[in-house]
Amino acid sequence: MKRKTDETILLTDLPHGKDARVTAVNGSGRVTRRLLEMGVIPGVSLKIVKDAPFGDPIEVRLRGYSLAMRRSEADAIEIVI
Amino acid sequence: MSDTNHDRQITIALAGNPNAGKTTLFNSLTGLKQKVANYPGVTVERKIGSWTLNGNAASLIDLPGLYSLDATSLDEQIARDVITGEQDGAEKPDAVIAVVDATNLERNLYLVTQLFEFGVPVVVALTMIDQFEKQKHEIDIEMFSAMLKTPVVAVNAKTARGHDELIEKVKGVIGTTPAVPYTFEETDEEGPHGKIFARYNFISRVVQESVWHSDHEKHRRSEKIDRILTHRFFGLVILVAILLLVFQTIFSWASLPMDLLEQGFGALGDLVRASVPPGILADLIVDGIIAGVGGVVVFLPQILLLFLFISILEDSGYMSRAAFLLDRLMSRVGLHGKAFLPLMSSFACAIPGIMATRTIESRRDRFATIMIAPFMSCSARLPVYTLMIATFFAGQTVLGFISLGAVLMLAMYTLGIVVAILVGFILKRTILKAPPPPFLMELPPYRLPNLRTVFQNMLTRAWLFLKRAGTVILAISIILWALMYFPRNQSEPPAVAGGLTQSTEIVDDGVQPPVTAGGSDSEQLKNSYAGKLGRTIEPVIEPLGFDWKIGVALIASFAAREVLVSTLSIIYNVGKDENEESETLLAAVRNAKTDDGRPAWTPLTALTLMVFFVLAMQCMSTLAVVRRETNSWTWPIFMLAYMTALAYIAALITYQTGRALGFE
Repeated sequence: MKRKTDETILLTDLPHGKDARVTAVNGSGRVTRRLLEMGVIPGVSLKIVKDAPFGDPIEVRLRGYSLAMRRSEADAIEIVI
Repeated sequence: MSDTNHDRQITIALAGNPNAGKTTLFNSLTGLKQKVANYPGVTVERKIGSWTLNGNAASLIDLPGLYSLDATSLDEQIARDVITGEQDGAEKPDAVIAVVDATNLERNLYLVTQLFEFGVPVVVALTMIDQFEKQKHEIDIEMFSAMLKTPVVAVNAKTARGHDELIEKVKGVIGTTPAVPYTFEETDEEGPHGKIFARYNFISRVVQESVWHSDHEKHRRSEKIDRILTHRFFGLVILVAILLLVFQTIFSWASLPMDLLEQGFGALGDLVRASVPPGILADLIVDGIIAGVGGVVVFLPQILLLFLFISILEDSGYMSRAAFLLDRLMSRVGLHGKAFLPLMSSFACAIPGIMATRTIESRRDRFATIMIAPFMSCSARLPVYTLMIATFFAGQTVLGFISLGAVLMLAMYTLGIVVAILVGFILKRTILKAPPPPFLMELPPYRLPNLRTVFQNMLTRAWLFLKRAGTVILAISIILWALMYFPRNQSEPPAVAGGLTQSTEIVDDGVQPPVTAGGSDSEQLKNSYAGKLGRTIEPVIEPLGFDWKIGVALIASFAAREVLVSTLSIIYNVGKDENEESETLLAAVRNAKTDDGRPAWTPLTALTLMVFFVLAMQCMSTLAVVRRETNSWTWPIFMLAYMTALAYIAALITYQTGRALGFE
């Protein structure tokens, strides 16, 4: 499941406004499950729109809608640009 | 168990994501014919409306808004149980209308795929279709429907577009067993989440085949608005400005209808006095029921306005932005950004606030939010603050131009917030220890609030409040009145007894207060059960600067904070003429004497009382709600104990420090 290639990075390292594709959603807890249910599954493309005032949470755009998540949650998401 | 039992009423459930337009559709299908209650044993709201399916009455259940049926939150658990027919208080639905936001198809369809798997007949109602079309997207509904193997109807609640067709399709599916339009290929590689992948893969295929997207104009608009509203700096400034505007408006707009209500109850009291022969019955109706219930119903305008604003903020999509802006701060305390909404609602009343915590998924975070919600200064504290400020601090200024009253008011609100943060911080690190909850939250596109939904929501809240006023408050008012009315003083009316009967002199506008059976009213009160109770606790409250009469008012306001004002009116005997109530009450409080002739109230006493009221758990209804929400007696008892202790200590510190600094 984790095919780490050179370009695979964490979502939190993605520059704002840049399109990326999800390669893996790590973990097995409730947060992971909820991320998947909200449509963050491998293959989907997304981008970071902005940070909240204190740098956290972040607003992510995918599947035509906006999803806010904390950086700690975004850390479970691996992407390629 | 076969198909036709003609006596049984048809039940249809309405399911959909939050913000998909479900409530709007529900309201438009059922009109005002709906009942709001809770599912037994829990506080997930149960909304049932009646709908007509071509002449046959059907009941329509509005399920809570959800993203998934995997039962990770209480809402999802209940929704799941309703659909499978395992939930008490709801019939197993004959069909489910799945409300799907056309502008957000993929994620909305996820819930629909889960509905298919439950084997319940589904009709998809596509909402926001006008916006979808305005954005120049196109959908081939026939293809869409064929791929989902289920009927699809485009609806618009405003124009009633598609309503007849929806009825036809719903009738058509009742009794059928739907086929799941895709198969799970459970492979080891996909692990425990294989089903989720399979559902989304299917959804992607459906959307690819039946929908043509133009570029997304909608998010451009919401994104543009968000450039300001969730801006790092201006976002916070605007949030504070909105909150200020809301509170300012509540205070200024509500004052006229509140005055009218007050006068109305006064007139009603006069009418009863004029038509019912003097005696116990007239006293019960006027002093017990009308004064008690009237004193609470007066807050209706404020509650209506607050819920008007909350509904608008929620419906427009702003509320989740507020949670987004504030999550970092809330998570410092250990709470979810979503706790912001319940806490803000608690400024109106902790009861809806506590009920709103059910959107918080983690039990511990939910309980922590519940435990601190009553520290937000609710509207029931306002009359207490206002009475104290009007009596002792009116017309004074700080730095020459800021009203002292406004400063004190702000100080009381701030005190509540600061204590809430501290208590939340401690709770989350001790008995409710848990890692910070996940935040994951949709930021829905901005939309103009639907007026009907906003007003319906407002009216529902108002009705729940009035029901409370008609039951709990009514009962408490009568008990309280009886505690102060009995035992009847047997002695003959004494000659006017010095300092004790100041109150009768205050009511001197020609309407002679009816003479009660024996002695003056304050003499009566002194010997009543309430008076005895007040004197019993006097040693405990004396270090706070309170005499036994204030003690009586404290005991009475255990029922609800605002009762303090009406109790003081009764104690100081000013309730007889409601038209003049506030003025005479102010004078009565200012002139009140303790039994040994000192003034019962000083500015310091007033301040101490305000501090006590910020922190004390003076609300039986809140305790009842906490009992229901936490499903245990431990939490409400704990809440009562620690809040009362905190209030006592803070009041003690206030009074004794004040004394030490030379104030009286």
